[in-house]
Amino acid sequence: MKEIKIKIKDLTLHYGQKLALNNICLEIPDRRVTALIGPSGCGKSTFLRTLNRMNDLIPSARISGEVLIDELNIYDRNIDVVNLRKRVGMVFQKSNPFSKSIYENVAYGPRINGINERKVLDEIVETSLKRAAIWNEVKDRLRDSALGLSGGQQQRLCIARTLSVNPDVILMDEPASALDPLSTSKIEELIHQLKEQYTIVIVTHNMQQAARVSDYTAFFYLGELIEFGKTKTIFTNPTIKQTEDYITGRFG
Amino acid sequence: MMKTFTKIKGALIIGITGLSVMVILGIIAIILVVVIIGGKSQFSWEFLTSFPQDGMTKGGIFPAIYGTVLLVLIMSVAAVPFGTITALYLTEYAKENSWIAKTIRFAIRTLAVVPSIIFGLFGLGFFIKFVGAGMDNAFLGGRLVWGQPNILWASLTMSLLTLPVVIVSVEESMKTVPRELREASLALGATKWQTIRKVVLPGSVSGILTGSILAVGRGAGEVAPLLFTGAAYYLATLPSTLHDQFMVLGYHIYIMSTQSANVDQTLPIQFATTLVLLLLTFILNLIGVVLRSQIRRKQK
Repeated sequence: MKEIKIKIKDLTLHYGQKLALNNICLEIPDRRVTALIGPSGCGKSTFLRTLNRMNDLIPSARISGEVLIDELNIYDRNIDVVNLRKRVGMVFQKSNPFSKSIYENVAYGPRINGINERKVLDEIVETSLKRAAIWNEVKDRLRDSALGLSGGQQQRLCIARTLSVNPDVILMDEPASALDPLSTSKIEELIHQLKEQYTIVIVTHNMQQAARVSDYTAFFYLGELIEFGKTKTIFTNPTIKQTEDYITGRFG
Repeated sequence: MMKTFTKIKGALIIGITGLSVMVILGIIAIILVVVIIGGKSQFSWEFLTSFPQDGMTKGGIFPAIYGTVLLVLIMSVAAVPFGTITALYLTEYAKENSWIAKTIRFAIRTLAVVPSIIFGLFGLGFFIKFVGAGMDNAFLGGRLVWGQPNILWASLTMSLLTLPVVIVSVEESMKTVPRELREASLALGATKWQTIRKVVLPGSVSGILTGSILAVGRGAGEVAPLLFTGAAYYLATLPSTLHDQFMVLGYHIYIMSTQSANVDQTLPIQFATTLVLLLLTFILNLIGVVLRSQIRRKQK
């Protein structure tokens, strides 16, 4: 197994009285793609959102346990959430570009970090768009509104926006679930390229997608982590019956 | 049997609702027709741009228009930023069910139903007698400058009256900024304030605009609060400082129809003034409604 990037220890999360995640322990390897699978409402997205503390926004969420990124507990009292989120980027299920130009969408992150120099911004925008494999499609219309792009392009733009602040970890919450097959395959290709530099954790409902893009797979069911291992093993030879049932489509 | 009953009931409901609509439309039509017929002989460019003459039995209403515009401008300058900040607190910072948010919402609702004459009395007591007179005593050695009715105190009183309208409409438009956009910003490592400044506020500009216009529309038509706080019967000059009194359309109509030397003779002037006031508030409301519907369309 590769080096460990994120180590989750006894993570439990309640929404009010409701238990959403129960005692999750998991080690996510560096610069690999880890897929989170499982039926709807079983805690995958909630778990993903604990990794950049987006659950902080929900007043009723209570968390215990530890999430260590590079050996540092992100739930420690003196952790700066703003800095954490710069290191752990997130791509959402529904593409959510700002109603600004393509350029300004990507420049948003650097700008809030105080980078205002034209040349530097230009460069960041270009590299980010190139890494997100959308540069060739938009380079002639960087000043146009991002809302004029197609759904698939918008999602890649959102990935470029995430890359603009140079994170080490990218969380993806069903990034292709609202896209057509062609756009989906572009996103999957992109994930494949990105894992050379980034640790990627992706939630997906699509079994084939998980099998195609990920190196490791974690199966969640009813707020518990049922099984975790190499994707190949999970899909061909799962050790737990529930996993096998889910993957073969017998429930869920 | 049952079927015919249902049919009759349906027809009855259509009839009643239709009639109510007709009554309302009818009232509006009558008002418009009466005002237009009565005022059209007076209504002219001259009427809009000149001063009243001969004890207000002739001439125009320019000072009243000027005063009304000035009043709503100063009122907006006070009410819009204050209302926006309050709305910002309620949508972004206050916890939905905390006692402080509840208290503020209760206060806003109460403010919205207070009769406007009470605002006038409050303005007189608080702004003129307390703040104004206090300023005169503290800084001007008791010389009477701020401690009397003027356009500043009238505008501030009016801004309190319109504050609920501003707060509610700004709050509504802030709530319509999608959660996904806030999350996108926060996930990039933006602070809460950066997110508000760069995502929430730009996204609700049109709502802030709508709120201000509706507030202005409301303020332009009010008279009662101004009776105590600064509206004048007649002034030969336009207000030039914040501590001058001013003329205003609504009050002008009131005095022309109750205290004029010759009410019958000035009837056309009264109608024409009413027409101007109606047009002014109608146009402002129309702009507000159009803006609002455009925001709604954009959100779909």
